[in-house]
Amino acid sequence: MTIGLGHYLALAAVLFTLGILGIFLNRKNVIIILMSIELILLAVNINLVAFSTHLGDLVGQVFALLVLTVAAAEAAIGLAILAVYFRNRGSIAVEDINLMKG
Amino acid sequence: MILTALFFYLFAGLCAAAAFMVIAARNPVHSVLFLILAFVNASGLFVMMGAEFLAMILIVVYVGAVAVLFLFVVMMLDVDFAELRQGFLNYLPIGALIGVVFLIELLLVVAVWAIGPGVPKTITAPIPPAEVYSNTEALGLVLYTRYAYFFQIAGLVLLVAMIGAIVLTLRHKPNVRRQNIADQVARPREIELKQVRPGQGI
Repeated sequence: MTIGLGHYLALAAVLFTLGILGIFLNRKNVIIILMSIELILLAVNINLVAFSTHLGDLVGQVFALLVLTVAAAEAAIGLAILAVYFRNRGSIAVEDINLMKG
Repeated sequence: MILTALFFYLFAGLCAAAAFMVIAARNPVHSVLFLILAFVNASGLFVMMGAEFLAMILIVVYVGAVAVLFLFVVMMLDVDFAELRQGFLNYLPIGALIGVVFLIELLLVVAVWAIGPGVPKTITAPIPPAEVYSNTEALGLVLYTRYAYFFQIAGLVLLVAMIGAIVLTLRHKPNVRRQNIADQVARPREIELKQVRPGQGI
């Protein structure tokens, strides 16, 4: 009953799948899609840290830190775009976002 | 040992359940709160793995900043979220199919993994024993020396994100009157004070 690397990898796989499922199921709601992306990045972080501690290499944790940074920046930019879009159009439905189709 | 397994299953189960509720909750505010729960449990898992610094950073950055940002935006936007959920059941069969196939593939990979024989030779920054350096100290010793440039680039990414968010959301209204202190101070003395006697006027 010892907890090894495989357990953490399985959990990360479940989280990753849930994130992808969230993007598929909530296709109209941008906020849920952004949260699903956060879940996916969390799964990646769990993978990185699990391998880092299992192999005894600290670089994985450095990389997880950088992934965390990018995730925070992505959330900030995404939500800013969302706020601007809502101000201009009064809606955040994904299927209304087709201004660039020409 | 049994305690470790118990806590792993507690954290992992709560994390997976909260992640499921993030995508299944009807109310987006509940989704954000479940996201916070998932992050807190993942942070507990990080502590169990021995990455204490990242666990605390996860709490500070995700729960303290990102999730609160999500909450702020969800509450600020006046959107009918029930309408946005209408296609949920339409997409459920194909989504569930793809999800199940994907999960099975990933779990098959997880079931048969093996660390390659050459991997232990490629370790660049071995984790020092916990009695010599704590996790935070060890991470700092690597991050600020060998990976200093990556650290700087991470800072630049955050700077660009900050400037981008400000530029995107900044709005100039043309007809807003603001106080101009320089004008006020530089105003010439056009007004003269007069003593007005009561009942007489000027």
